[in-house]
Amino acid sequence: MKILVCLGNVPDTTTKIKFSGEGTKLDKTGVQWIINPWDELALTRAIELKESGQVPVEVISVLTVGGTDAEPTIRKALAIGADSGYRVDADPADSYQVAFQISEIARQEQFDLILCGIESSDYNGAATGSMLAEILDYPSLSAVSGIHPVNGHLEYTRDIDGGRETVTLDLPAVLIVQKGIAKEPRIPAMRGIMMARQKPLTVKEPGPSAGYTEMISFELPAPKPSCRKIDPDNVRELVNLLQNEAKVL
Amino acid sequence: MAVLVYTENWDGKFKKSTFELASYATRLAEKIPDQVVALSIGHVEEEELKKLGRYGIGKVISVEDDRFKTLDNQVYTRIIAEVAENLTASVVVLAHNNSGKALAPRLSVRMKAGLVSGTTGLPESFEPFIVIKKTFTGKALAKVVIHTAKKILTLAQNSYQVVEQVVPVEIRKFVPVSAGDVKTVVKEVFKQTGKVILTDADIVVSGGRGMKSPENWGPIEELAKILGAATACSRPVSDEGWRPHEEHTGQTGKVIAPVLYFAFGISGAIQHVAGISSSKFIVAVNTDKDAPIFEVADYGIVGDAQKVLPALIEAIKEAKSI
Ligand SMILES: Cc1cc2nc3c(=O)[nH]c(=O)nc-3n(C[C@H](O)[C@H](O)[C@H](O)COP(=O)(O)OP(=O)(O)OC[C@H]3O[C@@H](n4cnc5c(N)ncnc54)[C@H](O)[C@@H]3O)c2cc1C
Repeated sequence: MKILVCLGNVPDTTTKIKFSGEGTKLDKTGVQWIINPWDELALTRAIELKESGQVPVEVISVLTVGGTDAEPTIRKALAIGADSGYRVDADPADSYQVAFQISEIARQEQFDLILCGIESSDYNGAATGSMLAEILDYPSLSAVSGIHPVNGHLEYTRDIDGGRETVTLDLPAVLIVQKGIAKEPRIPAMRGIMMARQKPLTVKEPGPSAGYTEMISFELPAPKPSCRKIDPDNVRELVNLLQNEAKVL
Repeated sequence: MAVLVYTENWDGKFKKSTFELASYATRLAEKIPDQVVALSIGHVEEEELKKLGRYGIGKVISVEDDRFKTLDNQVYTRIIAEVAENLTASVVVLAHNNSGKALAPRLSVRMKAGLVSGTTGLPESFEPFIVIKKTFTGKALAKVVIHTAKKILTLAQNSYQVVEQVVPVEIRKFVPVSAGDVKTVVKEVFKQTGKVILTDADIVVSGGRGMKSPENWGPIEELAKILGAATACSRPVSDEGWRPHEEHTGQTGKVIAPVLYFAFGISGAIQHVAGISSSKFIVAVNTDKDAPIFEVADYGIVGDAQKVLPALIEAIKEAKSI
């Protein structure tokens, strides 16, 4: 089985977000970049599957759409345990454009299982994985919180509102994964970092595609009024405020 | 031309969020102006379908076929796209929930229609078509323009109020021709019973590592019970297995927008706050007066959650005479 894990390159989750160009783009000064958290969990699970030997995994590839500044993300994934990396040399414009670029490589390389995170923690599009599946005309499962090898094939846990289902699906397929898929993301070990340098990283020219949408400006939400403190020995006062001031009880 | 709204059902029933979505679609169609049509897939009784008429939906297309009981993303996408094409729909709206997130992007590709997921309100303008959504998990708002002629929107949960506007409903049964075979096979289903679902809840009672151990969750559950609330937790709490992962709230867990959110023993790390900052009111209880949770809370108590919880339960019981 050939697995592809799609990686987003996003600001560290603790980043204080600022904008430049009169609120038209993210101010990247001082931003630390990380692998999108769900994508990192997807990669971790793919490596676990390969190591377990319960299903035959020949190769795990990772792919990101981005400029040279996205390469550390691919190198990190290779150090964690992916076998090969691709970078499509294009600035991500919107989910559609990114999905289109991934689809070109997915077609060439004929992956059996493609894993994408449920959303990216920057633009929160929650769309790339499912768009990719539609472009490729592959089946997809969304909100996947478990991948289980059973007698040499795979079963999946899919979260539904207020519950979950155990599901099977023919390959090739795209899985859109979320929390639960792996416990903790793996951290690269020294040996992995050394080995990553020998692993292939292929840079591809982008295919012809423009986005369908465009983010034209950003704003920070209005600051909250300061917190009203209530004495711990007077919780009745809190109940009173919730009932009569906030009117939510 | 039309605005098409996909109204999902749960075991044949709609939820409050369905009616919020219906109200949103009705208002959107009025503004364009265009007719609004709902699409229901799976078996829903006529009486239930007619409820959509209370929120301004005059026309419902119902695809009843038993083959479509299971959510198969490819098949559902083809059905919605076929109906949208028949109606020459200009906008399709879905909920920004698990199934909406699974279907809207596929539809976007199939219909060559730009998608904005998780919009928080009506478009700011129609020419050009500009909508607002949250980005950086609630840390910022973005204006997004859709360049394509057809548009797909998913509506963020709890971002639009139900508006009653009663109209007569015409229900039309429809048999799609393009659906294809269902390939998703469900082998087992687990459903939470007797609990309020976190993403539906108006009130959420949440606990963090400051609750110290899983045995201390009794009062959190009791408070949730008397308020008809859902329970939630911070990430380390679900990572430790103190609570199920469904309860994990925050940037990498569930993003919620209840009317009232209680945070007991939660420090208010930026990743946690990202998932709760859209709550209308936040109440924080924490022993540390400098905990960052107080920066986002509306009401705060600096104190021990173990002591505050029983007192709060008593006070609420008293105020609500239970
Ligand atoms: C990539 C990434 C993603 C993340 N995603 C999430 C996410 O989605 N959701 C999330 O929650 N976290 C997330 N985190 C973790 C986050 O950074 C914090 O570590 C976490 O939110 C802290 O959880 P907590 O508030 O329960 O625990 P702590 O930070 O340990 O806080 C416990 C709090 O309880 C208080 N306390 C102690 N005793 C009492 C008492 N008796 N009564 C009242 N208060 C008491 C303390 O003062 C303290 O403020 C993420 C981290 C990373 C790196």
